Amino acid sequence: MHLKTSATIALTVALLAGTSALAQQRTLVFNHYMVQPAPMEAINAAIAAFEAEYPDIDVVENTFDPEGYKTSIRNFLSADPPDVFQWMAGNRMAPFVNAGQVMDISDVWAENGLTEQLASGMASMSIDGAQYGIPYSYYQWGIYYNRDAYAAVGATVPTTWDEFLANCALFLAADIDCLTTGTSALWPAAGIFDYLNLRTNGYEFHSELTAGLIPWTDDRVRATFAEWAKIVPQYVTENHAALDWQDAAALLVQGKAANYVMGNFAVSVFLDGGMTTDNLGFMAFPTINPDVVRAEEAPTDAVFVAAGATNVADAKLFMAFMARPDIQTQMNITLGQLPVNAMATVGDDPYIQAGFELLSTTTGGIAQFFDRDADAEMAKLGMEGFQEFMVLPENLDDILTRLEEARQRIYAQ
Amino acid sequence: MFPRPIAQVSRPARIAYQVALPIALILWLLPLLGVAMTSIRPSSDLAAGNYFGMPSSLAFSNYVEVFTKSPIAQYILNSFRVTIPTVIGVIVLSCMTGFALGIYRFRSNLLVFFLFVAGNFVPAQILMVPVRDLTSQMGLINTTTGLVLFHIAFQTGFCTLFMRNFIRALPRELIEAARVEGVAEWRIFWFIVVPLMRPAIAALSVLVFTFIWNDYFWATVLTTSAATQPVTAGLFSLNGQWVAQWQLVSAGSIVAALPPVAMFFLMQKHFIAGLTLGAVK
Amino acid sequence: MAQAASETRPKGWWRSNQQTITPWLFLFPGMVFFGLYVIWPIFQSIWISFYDWDGLRAPDGSTNATWIGLGNYAELWGDRAFVTSLWNNLWWLVLYLLAVPGGLAIAIFLNQTVRGIRLYKSLFFFPFVLSQVVVGLMFAWFYAPNFGLFYNLIEWVTGDGVAVLANPKLATFGIIAAGLWPQVAYCMILYLTGLNNVAPDQVEAARLDGAKGWRMLWFVILPQLRPATFIAVVVTVIGALRSFDLVSIMTSGGPFGSTRVLSYYMYEQALSEYGYRMGYGASIAVVLFMIMMVFISGFIFKMIRDERGLG
Repeated sequence: MHLKTSATIALTVALLAGTSALAQQRTLVFNHYMVQPAPMEAINAAIAAFEAEYPDIDVVENTFDPEGYKTSIRNFLSADPPDVFQWMAGNRMAPFVNAGQVMDISDVWAENGLTEQLASGMASMSIDGAQYGIPYSYYQWGIYYNRDAYAAVGATVPTTWDEFLANCALFLAADIDCLTTGTSALWPAAGIFDYLNLRTNGYEFHSELTAGLIPWTDDRVRATFAEWAKIVPQYVTENHAALDWQDAAALLVQGKAANYVMGNFAVSVFLDGGMTTDNLGFMAFPTINPDVVRAEEAPTDAVFVAAGATNVADAKLFMAFMARPDIQTQMNITLGQLPVNAMATVGDDPYIQAGFELLSTTTGGIAQFFDRDADAEMAKLGMEGFQEFMVLPENLDDILTRLEEARQRIYAQ
Repeated sequence: MFPRPIAQVSRPARIAYQVALPIALILWLLPLLGVAMTSIRPSSDLAAGNYFGMPSSLAFSNYVEVFTKSPIAQYILNSFRVTIPTVIGVIVLSCMTGFALGIYRFRSNLLVFFLFVAGNFVPAQILMVPVRDLTSQMGLINTTTGLVLFHIAFQTGFCTLFMRNFIRALPRELIEAARVEGVAEWRIFWFIVVPLMRPAIAALSVLVFTFIWNDYFWATVLTTSAATQPVTAGLFSLNGQWVAQWQLVSAGSIVAALPPVAMFFLMQKHFIAGLTLGAVK
Repeated sequence: MAQAASETRPKGWWRSNQQTITPWLFLFPGMVFFGLYVIWPIFQSIWISFYDWDGLRAPDGSTNATWIGLGNYAELWGDRAFVTSLWNNLWWLVLYLLAVPGGLAIAIFLNQTVRGIRLYKSLFFFPFVLSQVVVGLMFAWFYAPNFGLFYNLIEWVTGDGVAVLANPKLATFGIIAAGLWPQVAYCMILYLTGLNNVAPDQVEAARLDGAKGWRMLWFVILPQLRPATFIAVVVTVIGALRSFDLVSIMTSGGPFGSTRVLSYYMYEQALSEYGYRMGYGASIAVVLFMIMMVFISGFIFKMIRDERGLG
């Protein structure tokens, strides 16, 4: 359903009513979940620009809430495919690509020179050498912190893990949660794991682990968990298993927590809750092993064409449109995220700039996030294991054995 | 009557009872009262941490916000679009099946009857995948029609049980007399039996309305977008959008619950008659 | 089967066979719907459980399902999550039955004729009318850490709040408690109706004999409430095994799967965000169905006995 003002509706009705057989509007059905304020503004602007450039095309949006979309997508891709739809890259798109529900758009990539322009996103959009979607945005992960909380206990911004832990002791004494998170949806815990693993063992190890090539019982995995054990459970928000990530964000805003491992999409939530660019800080995850090359996490969002699309020609036009540097620049400024197109400009916002700095100086590799790098079932089991570890760290052996059994079963094919 | 009528016990006991009643009620409805209070609390209270004190103002605007900022009105409309055709369809089908199984004696009567009864109790999950496939192959995924068709089919089980038991208890003389007169069977159905079934139809309508309105599982399996989702599935997705905005979630929950509650209070007798059939010999 | 006597014109085939054919005609639409949407799918699900399928169909209708026979069932046997679900279902079964005596207790409490008792009865019953979504959201709020009423009550009493839904040991019980709320209301109504129909002369006679309190309840009242008890138990058992809505809304099976029940596990494996295993999910559904068939058959046998008894 279009979420537009009544003025626009009136205008559209008048237009439709006033035309005869002349204006043959082609419709382009677009399913997405950009319903939060910032994304909604960004996509509305992009669609308006698209429709202005192609007045014959009417974009019809079907919007969903982000969690519901994850189940709805498999319904509508099978039964009622739209023309274009929003989704995530990497292993998240794999089940649908392998079932033949996503259209191969390598031709759009070739015709528009996207292999150069979208080079940083190409790997995560390709399967078996063919490209399946257009990546339009990615965002860094890192640690967001409350400067006021730091000032209150006299802590300095850490660059190493040991410094971070020392600060945690200070926060604990002041009854502030050193690290907050809300794991009821499971994925925030994966963010913490990913960073601990990237910092302890490096990018190659992390890729191989998520690709199912390394046993979970390996000593290096244990090393990651050993680092994690240094902060759970005493330095992490109590009862995080019953909190949503936004509930935990409220704790950071109120100064009841000092740090939050999160993606840049959370910034608008923090600022809306009352933080300012003065007291909301961003830092890279601290170094654990100085010999390990720094790698970062930056998941990519993309749009795709459904294999069952009715209006394929216009869908491809839309794909090419979303790949353009000017469109990506505009969208990402509103989203507070980073454009994938190398020719696009990065917004002025301090957090985007910090993210851009961070990612362009990353030499170790950029991971997509645990549930996009790992197979779906493995991801679910892994994230449950992470949540369990955070609540009951003594269960580590059991968790690792279980994950290893699952890995052998899942990746055996 | 049991227990001993309160008029017959000592005065202190009677007063204790009169006092215990409202206290018990408040304790019983505590979650509901809490949610109702939260629904009129302004969001500034919640942000400041004032969860249980006196609200700083009565924010009925929360209810307005629920309607203007979310498609809840559409969800409610969808619920009606699913519930009302289902009730009509089920009543029609179960009157017919109840009539067939209740009036006529034939060999497979009990078998067919128990098929309906057993089918009513199966867990939804055993049906989930095939029904979803069937609905999608008929092109009815994400339509209210698809949901209506399923509900009519499934509720027929329970309603057949109900109608058949009801019809069996009807006096047979009228039917026998009509047959002697040579009245065709379908006329017996339409002109004699159906009017006698009115109380049962009333009771079932109310019950089925409530069950279908409150259904959540099939609403999430068969409908996916705001244009078609009934209010149960819609409320769940709004909960996902309104994280940490408990005043909106509470107001939305109360709004979603109102139609069946109103139906219940208006048609209590029928509702209870429907639920308790068979509970008394 | 009275047929019109002394008919002078020849009877048509229809007129003589009306009474045999009519029931089938009337049954036909109901049976078609029911068969198509309920009976046939049961067999289809059993069939799907022999495949390994991700549940997705290409636009041309083809799938990449592969036959694996009893492979899914073999895997279930060793699946920890499956065992947890079974245990949770057992807890549901046992604890949910508390609704029956709970409903009886409230029915007895309310079975008086004081002023306004009708309103009290309606209000006590009204949780049953709420959708499980609403009940789930209410209790999720009730248990929520920091601002939930329950959390704050416990904190006020013991000094340290308990976040029920974050605790793997307590979460299932918290959800069962939420489910009991409407279920007790339902049993209460059954028993109120039953109590209304208790033979007053038997009660008077027993009173004259000096029976009161528990003895009266156990020996005189409860036997007369047997039909109500039977229905209450059946519906409660079926409800306990089918519970899905509350688990889905309150915890999504968490924390880390500790509140999973078979119905939710099936949905998780077949249709959820990370679940692309239709065949495996179908096998879980079949197991659940088999378990329920035990109870359903028991119920049907009792009904058959009653039917035969009534002739």
